[in-house]
This record gives sequence, structure tokens and C-alpha cells, in this order.
Amino acid sequence: MLSIDILLNAIVTGILLGSVYASLALGLGITFGILHIPNIAHPTLVVAGAFFVYTLTQWGIDPIVAAVIGLVPFYLLGVVLYAFYSAVFERKGGANVLQSLTLFFGLSLVIEILLSLGFGSELKSVSVSYIGLSLKLGVLTVPYRLLIPALLAPVTIAAVWLYLSRTNSGTAIRAVAHEERALSIAGLNPASVKRHAFGIATATAVIAGAALIMVGPIEPFAGRYQIGRVFAIVVLAGMGSIPGSLVIAIIIGIAEALVSSYLNPSWSPGVAFAILLLGLALRPQGLFGAAR
Amino acid sequence: MKKNSLLFLAGAIIVLTLGFLMPWLLRNPFYFFAGYVVLQYVTIATGWNILGGYAGYINFGAAGFFGAGVYLSAFLFTTFGLPLPLCILAAAIVGAVLGVLMGYLTLRIQGVYFAIATLGLVVVLETIVHNISGLGGASGMAVYGPRPPAWSLGPSQYNFTVMVVIAVASVALARWVEISWIGRGLRAVRASEDAAECSGVPTLRLKLVACALSGAVLAAAGAPYPFYTSFVEPVTAFSLIIGLNAIAMPLIGGTRTWVGPVIGALLLASVQQIATVTISSELNILFVGAVLIAFVAFAPGGISDLFGRNKGRARP
Repeated sequence: MLSIDILLNAIVTGILLGSVYASLALGLGITFGILHIPNIAHPTLVVAGAFFVYTLTQWGIDPIVAAVIGLVPFYLLGVVLYAFYSAVFERKGGANVLQSLTLFFGLSLVIEILLSLGFGSELKSVSVSYIGLSLKLGVLTVPYRLLIPALLAPVTIAAVWLYLSRTNSGTAIRAVAHEERALSIAGLNPASVKRHAFGIATATAVIAGAALIMVGPIEPFAGRYQIGRVFAIVVLAGMGSIPGSLVIAIIIGIAEALVSSYLNPSWSPGVAFAILLLGLALRPQGLFGAAR
Repeated sequence: MKKNSLLFLAGAIIVLTLGFLMPWLLRNPFYFFAGYVVLQYVTIATGWNILGGYAGYINFGAAGFFGAGVYLSAFLFTTFGLPLPLCILAAAIVGAVLGVLMGYLTLRIQGVYFAIATLGLVVVLETIVHNISGLGGASGMAVYGPRPPAWSLGPSQYNFTVMVVIAVASVALARWVEISWIGRGLRAVRASEDAAECSGVPTLRLKLVACALSGAVLAAAGAPYPFYTSFVEPVTAFSLIIGLNAIAMPLIGGTRTWVGPVIGALLLASVQQIATVTISSELNILFVGAVLIAFVAFAPGGISDLFGRNKGRARP
């Protein structure tokens, strides 16, 4: 009986963890999945978002409110980042992958070091009244610090997905990835559409950051451990399939929770990558995407 | 081409001779301690460039290969007492096998996916090493290196000499790849993979060869490391700074020829050696990151391109 308890708890924890991972991957799903910009700095931007939330909570603001406040500055940050990126590459007729990956790699290092110079390299956490309490449902024990961030993810993902599929500017974002020239013929400026999309992607980082810092304490270099997970999620979901990413994220979350409760928690960082490598070898087009 | 090869050979012999004579010219062991790191990065940058520069497939996992070399040689030495040259050879072979495995899993898909998968290699290998208690796990293990041979003046000098040999051998290998049919094929892959495939270039096979050679050099660069530090632990063996430098150095020097990574490594590694002594290591990383961004943004051809040595050369 006891083992069933452990199994059930592991699965529920996995679902909630996966949901948090999905919100980490959401921004990358837009930049990499839709715009095909390999923004490996995204996890670091999430960590930057977490530190933004941390700073505001020090003044007694609730982390979720802090994240909502952060949307605007992070949107602007994304716009600036994209403007820099396009000033460097797009005028030369498109970036090659090597250069843009390296650019974002350098960028994430710079952000990490600035964070660690600004906040020190110790772990930082937020303290809110509901953190530390748990919801008990029969044999299940669900800590609120995991439940509340996990509920943030489906809400943001649904909002972004509705925006992308139901509004005109969302359609423009999906169109710019397909056929830039057709978009300019239709009278829209592809550069400004992409800038807007990049801004939205970066704005989701602050929400993901709030989720991350609620789940557990965080340090400036934490982004690096998430790179594998977020790319695994975006790639396996099939590039650009945002609802698919929630499903994949939950699968990865469950796999990690099972590995850490049955094997050893120290194995779990490798799980997402193992799934990614297998997925790439067996089904390169992703589970929910069309072949590219 | 023939004349160039003779010149290269002469240069290699001069560097090797200097490497062997150095300990008698300079007395302060610190120079060899620092010089080892510079040469280690020459090897790493050169190895990375075989795949990343010639074929245009970036590998973020250089630290994975390096760490595999470090741990393999530490394991072989402490368990079987294998001599250092055999440890290096074994590391190179395992590096090549790892390269082929990784390539086989990911190379059929293009560019970006490969790069992301290589990021994973480091995490997976680090996780595995963390969990093997025979390798010291997270707390690491001490390696009491072999006594340096009688002709050498001390351990620092001996390690330095070994690294000179590895570095020269790697650069020679990279140069051979560059001027042989492999290099021509890889340049075709870099220019347009589809066009190369259509013209009958065996792209997958060439990429696998490049992966194997690159992996072998990267792992060989790590093999003497346990004897240099006398202590190995997962965090330094799979350190991010290695993966970062492996990319930054060739990009700063120039990725199209074997000269680029050598210039980049000599410059950047020397600056870092001075910087770690004089300022903090965090600012050191910040500096590398900023230089990397600057070069990608404003001088994508690297230093060797800026100075026009290869300006006349047709872009592949």
C-alpha cells in the first residue's frame, strides 16, 4: 500500500513540476518554436525574472502581483534584445545559427554574472503566507508552493495561445515565421511583428521566474540547469506547438519525479536530456508537430 | 601547398624543441603552471574547431568530452596504474567513440538540434559521474600523479611538456583535416548541406569523422588534467568555462583555418591567466562573455580575418 502512496505522490508532484517547466518553456516556444531564433538565454531571462520578483517581494509585494508588474519592463527588455539581435544580424541577410546561438550564449553569461554581482551568489527565496503549507487529499500531500506556481502555467499558456490563434496581431506573429515577404506585401512590417513577439516571449519569463522562485530557492546560475528541460520541451512538442509543450512538460515532470523517488534525486537532471536525445533520434519532427 | 607543409613541419619542430628546452630557460615553475592552461586551451579550441569551424556544427558540449577525458585518465591511472601516454591515448579513443555516438544520435537532423543535444551531453555525463561512487561522486577524488621522469625538472614542467606535445599534435591534425579531402567536404557541408549532399559529398559520414576527431582531441586535452591538479571533481571537470572558451577562442581568432583557434586561445587564455591572478574570476567570465558578443556582432570572421591574411581566400 505504501508503495502506491509513493507512486501517486510522485505522479502528482511530476504533473505539477511539469506544469512549472511548461511555463519556463513558453517563451522559448515563441522565440525558438515560432520565430526560429535559438534563444538559449531564455532560461537565464527566467532567472532574471525570478530575481525581479524577489526584489519586489522584499518590499512586501505578493510574488504573483510582482510578476504582473514585471510584464511591462520585461516586454521592453525583450524588444531591446530583439532590436540588438536584428541590428547585428538581419541587415546582413539573416543570421546563421552558429552566430546567433553564440550571441545568446554570451548574453546569458553576461546576465548571470551581472545577477551574481548584484545579488551575490547565495540562494534567494521568497516567503509568503501560503508557502510552507500543504493541501492534504487522502494519501496525497500537495505543497502550496508547488500547486500555486503549477496553476500559473496553464493560465499563461492559455492566454498566449488564445492571443496567437484568435487575434490579428497573434496571427501576424505566426505568419511572420512562415513567409516574411508575404507579410510585407500585406503591408505589415516583419521586423516590428518579430520585435513584438520577442517582447511577449521575454515578458513570459517574469511569470516563469515567479513560479520558479516560489517552488524553491534560486541562485544566479540556476538557468543553466533548465536549458535542457526547456529545449527538450519545445523540440519534442514539435516546434511552435504551444499546447503540445504542456503535455511534453508534464511527461518530463512525471519522469523526473519517478526517477527521483525510486532511484535517486541526483539522477533527475539527466532525465530531460535523455528524453530529448531519444526523442531526437526516434522522432525528429516532435510528437505534436508537422515535419519541417 | 607542399612548401607550406614543410614550413608547418619546421614550425612544429621549433615549438616542440622550445617546449622541451623551456624548463631549462625559465626557472619559475609558475610559468609552466600557467602555460599548461594556455596550451590546454589551444588544444581545446583546435579540437572544437574541427567540427564547429570547418563543418559549422557548434558543439556546446566541449566540457563533456573534456570531462570524460579527465575522468577516464584519472580512473585508468588510479585503478590500473596506466602510464600517462596510454591514458591520453585511451581518452582520445573514448572521446572519438563519444563523438560518433553523439553524432549518430543527432547529426541527421540539422544545426540547432545538434547544438542543443551537445548541451545535454555535459549534463548527462556530469550526472553519471556524480552517481558513480568509484569515481569519487560529488566530492571528487585525489589523484597522486606519476613521478615525473628523471630528465624533467618537476611535475609542473613535465605536465607542460606533455601538453606541448598534445597541442602540437592536435594542431597538426586540424591542419591535415583542413587541407585534405575531409576539409573540402566539411567546407561544402558548411556552405550548403543540401547542395553538398546533391553533389555526392557523403555528408553524414564526413560529419561523423569530424565528430570523432573533434571528440578525440577534446578528450585528449583533458587526460593530463588530473595530474596537473592532483584532484578531480565533477564541477571543474565539466566546467562551463571550458565549453565557453572552446567556442569563444575559435570565434575570436577565426574559424576558417587552423591558425584562428591557436591565435584566439593564446590571446584569450593568456588574458584569463593574468585576469584570474589580478581580478576576480567572475569578472573574468563577464569579460569573455562581452568579448564574445562583440566579436559575433562586429567581427564575425575573427582576428585572422581582420588582419586580412585570408581575405583573398574564397569564402566557402
